[in-house]
Amino acid sequence: MIGPVIGVLFDGFAYGMLLFLLSVGLSVTLGMMNFVNLAHCAFAMLGAYVTVFLMNDLKWPFLATLPFAFLAAAFVSVLLERTLYRRLYRASDLDQVLLTIGLAFVSVAVAAYIFGTVLQPVQMPPYLRGSFNVMGVNFAVYRLFLVAVALAITLILVLTLEYTRFGAQVRAAVDNQRMARGLGINVDGAFAVTFALGSGLAGLGGALAIEIVGLDPSFAFIYLVYVLIVVSVGGLGSIGGSFLAASLIGISDVAGKYYVPELGAFLIYLVMILLLMWRPAGLFGRR
Amino acid sequence: MSLTTDPVSGPYQYLKAQSRWRVLEVAFWLCTLLPYFLFPNYLVLASQIAITALFALSLDLILGYAGIVSLGHAAFFGLGAYAAGILSKHGWGEPITGLIVGGVIAALVGYASSFIISRFRHLTLIMITLGLGLLLHEAANSAHFLTGGADGLQGVKIWKIFGLYGFDLWGYTAYTYSLIVLFLGFLLARRITNSPFGLALRGIRENAVRMPAIGAPSHAHIRKIYTISAAMAGVAGALLAQTTETVALEVLSFQRSADTLVMLVLGGAGMLYGGIVGSAIFMIARDQFSGINPQYWYFWIGLLLIVVVMVLPNGVLGGLKKLFTTWRGPS
Amino acid sequence: MRKLFVSLGSLAAAALVAAPASAQQPIKIGLIMPYSGQFADAATQMDNAIKLYVKQKGDTVAGRKVEFIRKDTGGIAPDVAKRLAQELIVRDNVDLLAGFVLTPNALAAGDVSEQAKKFMVVMNAATSIITTKSQYMVRTSLTTPQVNESLGTWAATKGGVKKVYTMVSDFGPGLDAEGAFQRGFKEAGGEVIGQVKMPVANPDFSAFVQRAKDLNPESIYIWVPGGAQPPALGKALAERGIDPKKTRVMGQGEVTDDAALKSMGDVALGIITAFHYDPNHNSAMNKDFVKSYNEAYGRNPDFFSIGGWDGMHVIYEALKKTSGKTDGQTLVDAAKGMKWESPRGPISIDPQTRDIVQNVYIRRVEKVDGKIVNVEFDKVENVKDPVKARMK
Repeated sequence: MIGPVIGVLFDGFAYGMLLFLLSVGLSVTLGMMNFVNLAHCAFAMLGAYVTVFLMNDLKWPFLATLPFAFLAAAFVSVLLERTLYRRLYRASDLDQVLLTIGLAFVSVAVAAYIFGTVLQPVQMPPYLRGSFNVMGVNFAVYRLFLVAVALAITLILVLTLEYTRFGAQVRAAVDNQRMARGLGINVDGAFAVTFALGSGLAGLGGALAIEIVGLDPSFAFIYLVYVLIVVSVGGLGSIGGSFLAASLIGISDVAGKYYVPELGAFLIYLVMILLLMWRPAGLFGRR
Repeated sequence: MSLTTDPVSGPYQYLKAQSRWRVLEVAFWLCTLLPYFLFPNYLVLASQIAITALFALSLDLILGYAGIVSLGHAAFFGLGAYAAGILSKHGWGEPITGLIVGGVIAALVGYASSFIISRFRHLTLIMITLGLGLLLHEAANSAHFLTGGADGLQGVKIWKIFGLYGFDLWGYTAYTYSLIVLFLGFLLARRITNSPFGLALRGIRENAVRMPAIGAPSHAHIRKIYTISAAMAGVAGALLAQTTETVALEVLSFQRSADTLVMLVLGGAGMLYGGIVGSAIFMIARDQFSGINPQYWYFWIGLLLIVVVMVLPNGVLGGLKKLFTTWRGPS
Repeated sequence: MRKLFVSLGSLAAAALVAAPASAQQPIKIGLIMPYSGQFADAATQMDNAIKLYVKQKGDTVAGRKVEFIRKDTGGIAPDVAKRLAQELIVRDNVDLLAGFVLTPNALAAGDVSEQAKKFMVVMNAATSIITTKSQYMVRTSLTTPQVNESLGTWAATKGGVKKVYTMVSDFGPGLDAEGAFQRGFKEAGGEVIGQVKMPVANPDFSAFVQRAKDLNPESIYIWVPGGAQPPALGKALAERGIDPKKTRVMGQGEVTDDAALKSMGDVALGIITAFHYDPNHNSAMNKDFVKSYNEAYGRNPDFFSIGGWDGMHVIYEALKKTSGKTDGQTLVDAAKGMKWESPRGPISIDPQTRDIVQNVYIRRVEKVDGKIVNVEFDKVENVKDPVKARMK
């Protein structure tokens, strides 16, 4: 009987890692820069469309498209950051909401215009398909791949932000902008790079999500709620927090659906509310 | 704000000055009668704008005045809508009492949830309101026997208002009815915000920690305004259910909460007229854009939002007010 | 033979009135669909077919020009759909309403059709009761029970399945489909060994598939809304090692539509579905239809397209019969009992219920010339909506 339990735990964890990949970028921008970026999933959608375009129209292999999904989202986000976002760094949260919702609206229309409203079909390469069986437990190859990517990204992010000069500059700029400027840190530059990083990760997450959740222009809105849940439960700006929150939510969602399917639709929200009531600042939140 | 610029007058005089009706306000309400003469073919849309405006106004009471950002306010809108709809389905289609029942039920649930709401702030608060709203949405989907589930509530039949005015295809009754209820709701909101209680709420918005320190029971205040706001949202929902004789799960949806928040912010939060102006701009723009271009109108509405933020920060009314003050020079 | 007379009759009627009516006002058709939002692709496909029909058959009928006014509901929004229907009638003076992808919207607009006495053509929304909302309404798509009850009966008899596990989305259409399938299946002697209802917004199916697998059922019946979910569910089945060639997997046609098949690939082989239309349906008429559709839009038509296409056919033929008269009663009388050959096969409008009568095809996913397609291998002929048939 232990077989299904391990299978469910693994599936939940892999699902959590998908949520983590989609949301870690927002945790970075919202937590570090205090910017409410509701267009986050639009960047994820951009990355996903880049991957689909490269795979289906130019016949690139899936893995080769991933860096470009990251770069495209990062590049577009920097353009927008320089032209629009930066003017609102000091504006109210509500104005930021209005701007980024507006951007998300535009992205939906542009995606529908360029790629059509159709659900984009993708075929993963054979080595990422199927599953194998270890002692009666099924492990899907693609889910293992997701887990591996998520772990690698967590490691890279934590190391970059904690142990590099750039990471120290960003943290300084977030804690006290004026002081950081006084010390000669290029705050504008640090913010632009952070923003590009956050959006690029969204683009990568989007590209990796297609296989599990599909892709059409409504992508920019459908997964926004899940992303916000992970970020708020994890605690703003905490990568470890997002990781833990995503795993917890993924596992409880899948396990809940397995053992009490009657509660299937309610679980993710119940878990979120209970976790937030227990720790209002999120699991690893500072504020 | 003028509160700080004029040290001579005390709060009492300030409130008295605020509650005086200005010419612009009277003109505004006279303008709401224009659709009868200028756009008699748009009265159905006008009625839905009035309903959305009432809903946005209810959101403004908690967001603009007490600083509670909610992404789940449609929960109360939906409760009101379902209450009025279910009542009429089971044989009581009288509209006025239906409105009251919708408001009361939303208020009860609002009061109950306000004990949770008043304990949290910021992102946590947003996410808890969102979560509660989505839970209610799922519950309504599951309670098929009561709500009709995803197909919507069937058999909603509303009687004539006072036994005289039935709901017509042109929307005369719907608009008149919605406009009157909106105006009454507005009077209530205006009375509240220009009272000492309203000032205390603004204190909470500005500094939630200091208010208890000066002896204001901020949790009690939040519970009170949240309940009032829920009731108003419930009335708005009941209005929609009655004027359209339809109720579907969509009244509880996240999208309705989010759209209304966008409309309020677009118009300008915290100044009573913001929600009304915002919903009028948003819904008229959506109607026109989607009429011209049903597939890609999102592009134009998105652009509208971006331009407004860039040109008129703090919403259309906030931005205009600022432009006006700059134009007149410092007072 | 009767078909021939009907079409001859309508031809004659059209010829009689064509000349004197040419200078008349245009006929305005109000289309209400979710052009934007989550269901935008359904509207796109339906609208494509409508445009193609007008392109092929001309934009004048019974001597009057046909004009369209398109309105977007943005998704499930009955209040908006109702307002749009009201405005179309009051402000734009449309002669008839058409479109309607989603059930709640169709139900709400049905009230307006009844009140204003306007002809209304439902081109997709598939809940059984919709057509009872207005006596001026006809439907050219399908009803959920029509397809799923047929599948249930077929599975327990010809299909040779004795036991089934059902997995459906937990909302109106899913529950309708589950009820219809189980009814047909049980009445034909089958046994339902377990069932699960899955949330409507559900990106990950692994938990539900694992539940099904624990019971090791002989067959699984699934119903999820079209779009992103069918491929996700198909892949989850494959990941858990459920092979449709060994455990029979059955469902309604959306589960294996073009997009779903493309992203599922070989995993889909062996899935059995029941549906009223597939672009691979073998008839000369359908081949022409699919060919010209591909030329115009670069993709295959789907069931939304066929609903739109036949909806236009009803509108055009009814207008020919009434010589361009557009009041609701005349038009709906002209549409009642109409019978014609569609790209999906022979279909008709039931004169009692104003609902569609059509063949339900049983298909299996197979590889033909390297392409993965639905292959029809059996059919249930002239199926009426079973729910309304029982009401009488």
